[in-house]
Amino acid sequence: MNEVKLSRRKLFKASALAGGGFLLQMALPISVLAAEKDTLVRSKALNVYVQIDADGQITIYSAHPEMGQGIMTSLPMIVAEEMGANWEDVKVLQAPVDTAQFGFQGAGGSTSIPRNYQAMREMGASAREMLIAAAALLMEVDTQDLEARNSEVVHASGNRRTFGQLAALAAQQEMPDPEMLSFKDPRAYTIIGTSVGGVDNLVIATGQSQFGIDVDLPGMKYATYSRCPRLGGKAVAFNEVEIKKLPGVTDAFILQPDARAGKASMSFIQGMASLRGGVAIIGNDTWSVIDAKNKLKVQWDETASSDDSWSGMVQQAQALARSDHGEVKRDDDQLEAAMSDPSHLALESFYEFPFVAHVCMEPMNCTAHFIKGRGGEPDSMELWMGSQFPAQAKEIASNMLGIAPENVKVNLKRLGGGFGRRAIHDFAAEAMAIAYRVDGPVKLTWTRTDDIHHDFFRVGGFENMRAAIDANGKLAAWDQHYIGFAHDQKPVIGSGFRGNELPMTVLERARVRQSMIALDTPCGAWRAPGANTNAFVEQSFIHELAVLAQRDHVEFLIELMGARRWTAEGNVNALNTGRAIDVIKMAAEKAAWGKPMPSGSAQGFAFYFCHAAHIAQVAEVSVDGSGNYHVDKVVVAVDVGPIINRSGALSQVEGSIIDGLSTMAGQQITMEKGVIEQDNFHQYPVTRIAQTPKIEVHFIESDHPSTGLGEPALPPLAPAVTNAIFAATGDRIRSMPLSAQGYQLV
Amino acid sequence: MTQFKIEVNGQTHELDVSPEMPLLWVLRDKLKLKGTKYGCGISQCGACTVHVDGVAVRSCVLPIAAVTSAVTTIEGLADGGDLHPLQSAWIEHDVPQCGYCQSGQIMSAAALLSNTPQPSDEDIDAAMAGNYCRCGTYIRIRKAVHTAASYYDASAPSAIGDKG
Repeated sequence: MNEVKLSRRKLFKASALAGGGFLLQMALPISVLAAEKDTLVRSKALNVYVQIDADGQITIYSAHPEMGQGIMTSLPMIVAEEMGANWEDVKVLQAPVDTAQFGFQGAGGSTSIPRNYQAMREMGASAREMLIAAAALLMEVDTQDLEARNSEVVHASGNRRTFGQLAALAAQQEMPDPEMLSFKDPRAYTIIGTSVGGVDNLVIATGQSQFGIDVDLPGMKYATYSRCPRLGGKAVAFNEVEIKKLPGVTDAFILQPDARAGKASMSFIQGMASLRGGVAIIGNDTWSVIDAKNKLKVQWDETASSDDSWSGMVQQAQALARSDHGEVKRDDDQLEAAMSDPSHLALESFYEFPFVAHVCMEPMNCTAHFIKGRGGEPDSMELWMGSQFPAQAKEIASNMLGIAPENVKVNLKRLGGGFGRRAIHDFAAEAMAIAYRVDGPVKLTWTRTDDIHHDFFRVGGFENMRAAIDANGKLAAWDQHYIGFAHDQKPVIGSGFRGNELPMTVLERARVRQSMIALDTPCGAWRAPGANTNAFVEQSFIHELAVLAQRDHVEFLIELMGARRWTAEGNVNALNTGRAIDVIKMAAEKAAWGKPMPSGSAQGFAFYFCHAAHIAQVAEVSVDGSGNYHVDKVVVAVDVGPIINRSGALSQVEGSIIDGLSTMAGQQITMEKGVIEQDNFHQYPVTRIAQTPKIEVHFIESDHPSTGLGEPALPPLAPAVTNAIFAATGDRIRSMPLSAQGYQLV
Repeated sequence: MTQFKIEVNGQTHELDVSPEMPLLWVLRDKLKLKGTKYGCGISQCGACTVHVDGVAVRSCVLPIAAVTSAVTTIEGLADGGDLHPLQSAWIEHDVPQCGYCQSGQIMSAAALLSNTPQPSDEDIDAAMAGNYCRCGTYIRIRKAVHTAASYYDASAPSAIGDKG
């Protein structure tokens, strides 16, 4: 983390509002978790606003993107708790995108809670102290005898003043030193730990517009953009005369590829949002430009196009699996001796997982308004969009079009899904490049087919697994060969090892290596990158080994954990075997692990640790003789520390499980000579309501800092289900999706 | 371009659009009713669900020329200032995550309840089969539909279905 040179006090500002209100503005440098060094983004400072109006309305600004993970509700809950506010008095508003004022604004990696928790507490506590100071003046009493609760400051005598009555005077009080703040005893919490509904629920349930795709501006034009179906190509010519004659079409033109759009200060997306060459069609409504897009005939230059073919990748991987190829990450002595020891049982298995797409329900879109500077005024750009890292759009405007970041205004809208897709702003680069040539605002809408073909996919991959069990039924050797994919020799996001995977972190004797196949297909972060595939392979193979050793799976897993210890003390991203054992035991107990099951039904178990979360799942699955299976129930034990919003936390676990089910059951992106072969949902199914299991969630609220839940409940689902299918049928599934293995989710 | 007259949420509109333009885009771009969402354009996801003559239809594949009856969208579901029971139940159960598909979910559920005021889990699964939720809010959707049904029939002993 960079040192923040300003004193914290100087970053605090408070001012009285017209009408007797109170505005508290704080810029609090917060410490970055030591363990976060390798995560996607780092924060240096964070600002938030609390505003109290004279009528008692408390406004808390939410600085981060809301994409369904609930951050617009859970972070303000922390502020309100420390203030002593009534949640009913709180209104939450999306803050403007302004990193100079707010510091890092973004959502990714399940880090919003751990990254912002302390700053939110400080902000709430600071506001509380100023309200108390104001009350002490008005009531002529000592601050020590005052307490803030229920949006009032109450004196020991019973005298009280509402926050609204205190707002104007509170704004004139000195900002407390953040180092001197004290915090509420968690046992006195009235908001944190309760179930609070999403702050936008009414707006959503009544269909009021709020997503990027809903933006409507006076004089706005509509646009589609067609990119080369064979990834990496560029447009040379198109049937321009015909297209421009179509009703509702006002213009059409070619855009050349532009790598400048891809420059990014966030290293994990560096180079990715590069503008693709293609044909833009501009018109008076969305339908006219979609209809014209369907009638477009383009001559593409495919000299730089991708040759990627999934079938070729599978062949390459199978050859690599049989070789000694690979970059060795770990190679302990005596591994091969243990593998070939005649008293040991050895096993080798080859696993496979496909590329998958994000398919956010709201297709990618961005509205852009370019204003050419006249009379010495600089050029400017205004944008409306959903984004996980909205400030990135300013960099694109600057790098691609030379517009100074301070002249780019980003209006962050609610995201109709993110899942990692809206971390990359290729759609914003396209909208800006189009707006540069259009008079007035223009909304670019991607079709669903655009959205699937031009995604940044969850990378596919392969793992060749070998292991040996000793005469006591214990895991004696583990040899894992990851065969993944690299862009320019650098493994793509989620491919290869992160270094904290099980069981290598708890094993004495392991060999771990990775081989990378060159790839052109764009890949990006997809809900729990790396973990969402590694969990399937490792937790399935561990079950294979337990079966080989004729051991109970849960007992085998607990033995593997060894003594209760934190594998790297103080590092939330390091496995804590004690927390792991606790969730494993709780899931087993709550699911009545080992109970008799009807014929054709069985339980399957999986544990995974990622995103600072320890999670165990038991899936109960019924399979018929034709390979039709239903996941009847999933029992989940979660340790992410104390829960902030119980309803939101449950939502994240339920949603992750259902998302994991979609991915495992039927989703696969394949490509042939660089062309993506799936066009729409009829070839890329999402779980439907009848396929949804019962889900029972148990939180172990251990005494560790609260961490995020947007991702970590997804990875254990697939192995829990396939382990159950094995238990029910004896058939071991080593490849996803299951629909390609003769199993249909019903 | 052709002249059309359609009734949406009780109001009559006259439009001059291509007869092939799907109702979805008429609602969103011409009438500025943005609650109805675009998700796939091929009637696979249900985000665009509206009622035509009380029946749930996918507006993304319904050309304006084929619309001959009154249309109701999510914006017209509430009765004046009173929320539809489903909208209240959606809030009570904190159903939405990203929220994008929820207009379509609620419209499908509303068509179900108007024909089957006390639906079973199986009725709900059948009626909601055409609506994707990428965030996976299905468990709460089921609960919310049962709760809304209980508003219609306050004497119902239990509002919550056995699928939990």
